[in-house]
Amino acid sequence: MTEPSALTIRTELRFLLNDRQIALNSIRPDQTLLDFIRLDRRLTGTKEGCAEGDCGACTVLVGRLEGDTVKYETVNSCIRFLGSLDGCHVVTIEHLKRPDGSLHPVQQAMVDFHGSQCGFCTPGFVMALYGLWMQRPQPSVQAIETAIQGNLCRCTGYEPIIKAAQAISSYGTPENDPLAQERAKVVAELKAIKDGRRVEVGSGEERFIIPASADDLAAVLETEPSANVVAGSTDVGLWVTKFMRKITPVVFIGGIDELRGITVDERGITLGALVSYSDAQAVLAEHVPAFGKLIHRIGGEQVRNMGTIGGNVANGSPIGDTPPPLIALNASVTLRKGAARRTIPLEQFFIAYGKQDRQPGEFVEAIHIPLPEQGTQFAAWKISKRREEDITSVLGAFLLKLAADGTVETIRIAYGGMAATPKRAAAVEAALTGKPWNAETIETALHFYEADFKPISDMRASSAYRMLSARNLLRRFHLATTKPAGSLTVSRYEAA
Amino acid sequence: MMTKHLVPDTTAAKIRGGVGEGQVHDSAHKHVTGEAIYIDDMAEPAGTLHAYLGLSTVAHGKILSMDLSEVEKAPGVVAVLTARDVPGVNDLSPTGLNDEPVLPEDYVQFLGQPIFAVVAETREQARRACHKAKIEYEELPALIEPGQVDLTNPRLVTKPLKLTRGDAQQAIASAPHRIKGQMNLGGQDHFYLEGQIGFAIPGEDMDVTVYSSTQHPSEVQHMVAHALGVPSHAVTIEVRRMGGGFGGKETQANLFAAIAAIAAKKLNRAVKIRPDRDDDMTATGKRHDFLIDYEVGFDDDGNILGVDFSYAARCGYAADLSGAVTDRALFHCDNTYFYPAVHAVSKPLYTNTVSNTAFRGFGGPQGIVGAERVIEEVAYALGKDPLEIRKRNFYGTSDRNVTPYHQTVEDNIIDRLVAELEVEAGYKARREEIARFNASSRIVKRGIALTPVKFGISFTATHFNQAGALVHVYTDGSVHLNHGGTEMGQGLNLKVAQVVAEEFQIDLEQVKITATTTGKVPNTSATAASSGSDLNGMAAQNAARQIKDRLIDFAADKHGVPKDQVVFLPNRVRIGNQEIPFADLIREAYMARIQLSAAGFYKTPKIHWDRDKGQGRPFYYFAYGAACSEVSIDTLTGEYVVERVDILHDVGRSINPALDRGQIEGGFIQGMGWLTTEELVWDNKGRLRTHAPSTYKIPLASDRPKIFNVKLADWSENVEPAIHRSKAVGEPPFVHGVSVLHAISDAVASVADYKVCPRLDAPATPERVLMAVERLKTAKNL
Repeated sequence: MTEPSALTIRTELRFLLNDRQIALNSIRPDQTLLDFIRLDRRLTGTKEGCAEGDCGACTVLVGRLEGDTVKYETVNSCIRFLGSLDGCHVVTIEHLKRPDGSLHPVQQAMVDFHGSQCGFCTPGFVMALYGLWMQRPQPSVQAIETAIQGNLCRCTGYEPIIKAAQAISSYGTPENDPLAQERAKVVAELKAIKDGRRVEVGSGEERFIIPASADDLAAVLETEPSANVVAGSTDVGLWVTKFMRKITPVVFIGGIDELRGITVDERGITLGALVSYSDAQAVLAEHVPAFGKLIHRIGGEQVRNMGTIGGNVANGSPIGDTPPPLIALNASVTLRKGAARRTIPLEQFFIAYGKQDRQPGEFVEAIHIPLPEQGTQFAAWKISKRREEDITSVLGAFLLKLAADGTVETIRIAYGGMAATPKRAAAVEAALTGKPWNAETIETALHFYEADFKPISDMRASSAYRMLSARNLLRRFHLATTKPAGSLTVSRYEAA
Repeated sequence: MMTKHLVPDTTAAKIRGGVGEGQVHDSAHKHVTGEAIYIDDMAEPAGTLHAYLGLSTVAHGKILSMDLSEVEKAPGVVAVLTARDVPGVNDLSPTGLNDEPVLPEDYVQFLGQPIFAVVAETREQARRACHKAKIEYEELPALIEPGQVDLTNPRLVTKPLKLTRGDAQQAIASAPHRIKGQMNLGGQDHFYLEGQIGFAIPGEDMDVTVYSSTQHPSEVQHMVAHALGVPSHAVTIEVRRMGGGFGGKETQANLFAAIAAIAAKKLNRAVKIRPDRDDDMTATGKRHDFLIDYEVGFDDDGNILGVDFSYAARCGYAADLSGAVTDRALFHCDNTYFYPAVHAVSKPLYTNTVSNTAFRGFGGPQGIVGAERVIEEVAYALGKDPLEIRKRNFYGTSDRNVTPYHQTVEDNIIDRLVAELEVEAGYKARREEIARFNASSRIVKRGIALTPVKFGISFTATHFNQAGALVHVYTDGSVHLNHGGTEMGQGLNLKVAQVVAEEFQIDLEQVKITATTTGKVPNTSATAASSGSDLNGMAAQNAARQIKDRLIDFAADKHGVPKDQVVFLPNRVRIGNQEIPFADLIREAYMARIQLSAAGFYKTPKIHWDRDKGQGRPFYYFAYGAACSEVSIDTLTGEYVVERVDILHDVGRSINPALDRGQIEGGFIQGMGWLTTEELVWDNKGRLRTHAPSTYKIPLASDRPKIFNVKLADWSENVEPAIHRSKAVGEPPFVHGVSVLHAISDAVASVADYKVCPRLDAPATPERVLMAVERLKTAKNL
């Protein structure tokens, strides 16, 4: 691997903001998109509500090239770094109104259905609904609720916003979106920006790098082993906005399309490190339905569009939502350093709190999820204070294979929120293995939770609740696999 | 709202946007386009500086030393302000108790208390610099949780209230049944989407103008003047709109306005201050959490014979509005129920936490939750449906109608409301169906509850029940409207504009809504206590009528007709047998030198209150409503879903049904959030651990009831001549959230065959629900 020459390096960040080309060569690596549009561009329609990606007031659309089209997704501009926008089209609320002053269909529906009261969250809702309408002009109530999971409104109680969302298509269809006319021009401009060059902006203390490819990333990290690798920035964003930590130098990898690959073959599903939660949802729902459903419980739509499963793993949080199901499914992770790659079982990756088996200069390249064998049963459930867009109190994932005689041949159980890392319930598994899969076995195995876990008490849940609900998830899993009469969980979207 | 192309139709049968029309919010277009200007969106004058607050890191302590040298040297820093830089009186206490410094000198009383402010070229520089302070404390023992307090002899932040009628102890002692219990009821963060903000622009002499996101511009004016040591006439406060208030910007805006004003005058530059969400939540007050002790005596049928309540509230380190909040809790300890004998006391507790403040309902909801717990206790003790106990104890209309504060309830409509809702919601059949479901469902249990609300309308401090308005009619017939209320999303400006349009019989577009400013209408009350439309609507109507009276006199005189032959019709005036456009009459009146501007005024009649005696008529009238909620709970995890909610609510004759519906729906969801997922957690060091939306969980769209039916009781009208016979709507519907708590409780009770009162504390997080289920399972097996 060789250093790219100066000719293959661009020292300017380029993207589109509404109808303008933006080129920046002296910005800080931790400059957020929200501050840029509000403070620098004085586009004040986009609001700051929380600066941590949890309220949606700052929602904008970011379009990125996907072949010959642009795919627009809602993102939280408060925790999105400018450096991650190279080659993207940022659309803010100011871009929606037509030149003659008339409102966009999304806006007109929100007005007519009384979707705003104080109005502060409203631009964020309009953008979230715009993003939804582009993909699904006739959305179900569930689809609307999912699209605005990341948007908080404190005034309306949401009812009028839902009604507005259902009505948008009676005001206009996405094909006739006034903004659709500009798409060809946008595609051409974005293609022109994607010149295949590495981008390096800034110097010394304040700089960031956007590698041109996965190989280039490997090369960059070999020379910059201590750099912060930032993909979706749904966590790193808060290091800046909440803890005011210095993150330089930063390597922004969100634009490396090679790392967005999803493949499915007989060995299972392979997710590139940059596959977002949103991107992964469909393939997981198809092959591991319980995992697919769990994705909707992670963050809001904006966070799912930005955040990556690779980042969720690399970050090593004890309350990350994908590691427990991945561990239960016996997933492995491929790490790359320079040209060298190694693949390890995911559960070995998490060593201790804040410590993962990742060397300086090494990065997560892909995650492999074996498809559950025929005859195995898998479930994963998350418990949180609020059902959606909340951080896990306890998350349990279970993979069971029964022998022909009804005894447990193998069982893999992993929990989040119960220890300093995502962790398997080894003693509980041992107590179940080889035993008949019945209530008695379960009740006996429940005694082994204390050998496996000593959860903490914090603002999300007490230790006692964590232990009790973790045990009860095993009871639920047993019931789910034996299918007694009556419903086993409460659900908004399925008949209880 | 003024659109120059809209020409008034002088033949119309009806004006556009008059009283009773479900007109869309006046700022709706600006909201959806992002063009509505909030204070942080205002264009900044050249040289604008930004301030940020440095917060205490201990809950209680003496400041031994404060080294701010590194702060001063940090990049971009222009000035650092401490207590010494407050030129006037270093106090922000709204009730004059002098217990709330702008910045403390050497003693801090909660973790997160602002100690100093940094002013820098950018907000980020100011914020970063704050972290360079070196402050040494001598930590003192800190009282964090009300549970730590000796309730027999607590330290209080303000004078408690006692309400008595009859001999409660005697009535309880001689009752066939007695129950005593305690309820832990959590607080609530406002979570207005727009955080606190103040933006001060210095003027000449002593003058300063502060743009403040506040519900109470006059108080901010007084506080800023007080802190600057200047007369009130030197300070102008302006607010066009807030991004939500909910009570959180009644007194809590004072600090930010004061800091901005002090810095602006000191540096002679514009200064803006806006805390980060986490600091906003840590450093500003919230809804009071309560420990409610109750004892009730009742007969075999469930008639309450006597009750004794103690409402102890975590007030924090200073009084703020805690006196009035805890008073209002007592005023609502009866909800819709007649107590033959009652004794109720408040205990506004001092704690080393942020000073709690106003929040939609202002203690009323907490009072009502106590009353409803007592109903539950009686119901489960007798094995009866709680709704039966509720109805049995409702206030009467001609007797059994005196409240614990000796006001007679004169406008009771709760029987009809509840009877109608019971039928519409199909309560009885659903309750039976739920019992059947629960008998056969092992894990998931359902519950239902129908709870009533009676809410007292008026500020309990009688003198606040006044308002002013300023109306100008320009020579083209367009109208400039200003009043003392503030717009925080509730649509107050629109309602008042509808009143003025109706009065003049001109299209709503002819009435321009303008920013609230202390320079136009002085000495206003907070836009609070649900009183905005009642007070300001009347004041604006009064102003319009003054002008109208002059116009009538003028027209009658000029055209030689009796005054009763001057009639305001849509966009025109009939004088004798001719009709002329409104604008023409105005022009003629101007030429004749008729004054076309008026200051209106209103004060609520009939009310009085003697706090020492605990007797009087603190409320002009009551607003009523009822809600029926059904939930499903998971007895393995405590998770739940709200299946269906039906609400029937009384707004009298609605001025704007669309806005009123919005208040009811939004209020309900906020009340439900308070009692379900919104949990404030302080650790033993006094650090608020739920200080951002990542940890503090307000309802999402997907927490809405799956089925949500909201109806206005369209047959109701205010028995008092309030503005167009409407009723206040801001706070009362918040209380409907109680029905969700009780539906969850009902579902929990099913695991012990409805024989044990679940005593479910709030917020009923999945954890509390599961723990209550476990408790009842244990109780059942005993």
